[in-house]
Amino acid sequence: MAQQFSYDLAHLIGATVLMAGMGLLYQRRLFAVLNTFAFQAVALAAAAAWQAHVQHAPHLYATAAIALIFKAIAVPLALHWLVERLGIHRTVETALSIGWTMIVGVALVALSIMLVLPVTAKAAALTRESLSIAMSVVLLGMLMMITRRNAVTQVVGFMALENGLILAAVSAKGMPLVVEISIAFSVLVAMTVFGIFFFRIRERFDTLDLNYLETYRGDRQ
Amino acid sequence: MTVWAALEAGAANPLMWILAIPLGSAGFLAVLPHWRLAAWLNVAAAGTTFLASLVLFRHRPEPTHLLFIDDFNIYLVALTAFVGFTTSIFSAAYIGRETQADRLSDVHLRFYHAMYQAFLFTMLLALVANNTGVMWVAVEAATLTTVLMVSLYRTREAIEAAWKYFILCSVGIGLALFGTTLVYLAAQPVMGDGADAMAWTLLIGKAHAFHPDLLNLAFVFLLVGYGTKVGLAPLHAWLPDAHAEGPTPISAVLSGLLLNVALYALLRFKMLLAANGKTLEPGPLMIMMGLSSLFLSAFMLYRRGDIKRLFAYSSIEHMGVITFAFGLGGPVANFAGLMHMTMHSLTKSGIFFAVGIITQNAGTKRLADIRGLTASHPVLGWGFVIAVLAIAGLPPMGVFMSEFLVVTSAFARQPLLALPLAVGLLLAFGALAIRLQGMAFGAPPPARRVHSQARVGLMSTVLAYVPLWLHVALVVVAGLWLPGPLVAWFEAVAKLLG
Repeated sequence: MAQQFSYDLAHLIGATVLMAGMGLLYQRRLFAVLNTFAFQAVALAAAAAWQAHVQHAPHLYATAAIALIFKAIAVPLALHWLVERLGIHRTVETALSIGWTMIVGVALVALSIMLVLPVTAKAAALTRESLSIAMSVVLLGMLMMITRRNAVTQVVGFMALENGLILAAVSAKGMPLVVEISIAFSVLVAMTVFGIFFFRIRERFDTLDLNYLETYRGDRQ
Repeated sequence: MTVWAALEAGAANPLMWILAIPLGSAGFLAVLPHWRLAAWLNVAAAGTTFLASLVLFRHRPEPTHLLFIDDFNIYLVALTAFVGFTTSIFSAAYIGRETQADRLSDVHLRFYHAMYQAFLFTMLLALVANNTGVMWVAVEAATLTTVLMVSLYRTREAIEAAWKYFILCSVGIGLALFGTTLVYLAAQPVMGDGADAMAWTLLIGKAHAFHPDLLNLAFVFLLVGYGTKVGLAPLHAWLPDAHAEGPTPISAVLSGLLLNVALYALLRFKMLLAANGKTLEPGPLMIMMGLSSLFLSAFMLYRRGDIKRLFAYSSIEHMGVITFAFGLGGPVANFAGLMHMTMHSLTKSGIFFAVGIITQNAGTKRLADIRGLTASHPVLGWGFVIAVLAIAGLPPMGVFMSEFLVVTSAFARQPLLALPLAVGLLLAFGALAIRLQGMAFGAPPPARRVHSQARVGLMSTVLAYVPLWLHVALVVVAGLWLPGPLVAWFEAVAKLLG
């Protein structure tokens, strides 16, 4: 009974993370993207804390704390400040229309469920569903990075991808180094945010639109 | 007391020294204000690390739960430490010339030297880590340090290159972590919870009992993830930009070390799949990516107008050949792959040593403006010619030997695959030969007002040429004669790789 409950709750929290991942795909305004991301990070923190409780693995509370303080609060605030400070365009520029992005997103979730569930047939039930959810979140993050043009949304896409990875890592029973890995990732994320600011991509490239980056294919001479 | 005992045990382990020296120097160099001293300390630290890596051959430490050394990584550790050492010598000369041109400030230089040592630390840690998670963290940290170094010049191009590198490789690294988690999940039911299920030395013995489907899924993620860092097409987009826009010593270590280490990570996982025996064959996937890298870069080589980009694409080409060789598998192809890894690493970093001085002399990276090197700078020019002929695969150099082995073993086993391989190699050879013709021979451009030439001392010129000629000499000698123990060793590792 208790096991069933812990399983259901883990499932529910995981699904919340996934729903937030889908939610990221249809936001049209930059601040809404940041808010949705913060929500996803809170859900991730809850998932990590629940796994810490279920697996009796206190170190996972540290992962939960990192997700909550760093990703749900610090990074969205920093990005918010950055958007205002650098005067970044506040609507999301899409490379693929929102409707199509959603359809592809649903297809990716279906794909990862169909791929992971048979493969992990023998693994513990808790791991199975969590893994397919985590893989969906990873793929949705990638989709966002591909279909959204400006650098802030790409960074958010990367962080969403990373949320999926941390979800997978906390769900893998007894996996060591999860805290170290989430710290390593936080450094990476901090660097990207810092990079936008420090390099003043806005000033240097006039726009954060990464399409302008792509015009630089090398030999410009 | 226990702390002291642990320290004492650590001091007896050469692996600890190999990791502690670069890490400690990174911290020290970060606060050292004087760049000239920092450049020499950088050389000293890299040299000591290299010496410490040689100790491993005499005294191989027992594997611990975090670090280990076996037949496979010992030679890569030595190679990494060696190239790190020679590049640090070149870097001292290069930096000296750059500061005369006032292109780098003191703060940037302090940062540069600290990051150089930090990069060596991450490379060595990735090689000796006895834990899939630690290895991942090390490769991730390597990405960070190199991104910082690629953006060192703060030009528009450098920042663009660094950003592109950062975003692409972060995604790659992320996917590699997912693969690593999946491998843990495959191992966990057999090995139990905790660090044991991530230790290479333990995994390999029990790999036969792992769930093959999970390993398959993991390998796809690992191939795409670490493959991005290896620079395999179609995931190579970051590589030419990062090579072209960073300082040239960084181009040398990127090509010479980072690509190898990423491939090493992939090969370790391939060994797990081979030990399992019930998974899909990783070979065809690797062969496909190897061939596509080879062809893409072979054609791209013809269209290059920038000298550093030219050799960056040549790195993609060679990583393609190496991946092809390991994908083919079997004792001969693995032997060829290992040898090609070594030869490419030595030759390509040597080429970048020459390219660094060439671009500083010419004041440009444009191929069209670089002409008549053998006439204007004979020592540099001829060293460059030999190194480029070596990388193009001309006998009697070492690269020819290994490419020849790859092609022949492909002909013996899969003749249909050998054909595209040979065509790709010839295409790349043609491109490099055409470019070399223009750069090395012909009339030198009219003497332009070169910013630093007159002021560059003899010392720094000699310092820049020594590593170049050392690498060239090693590659030529390796083509003519490989020492017996080295051959025996390559053979042993080739068997290990399955």
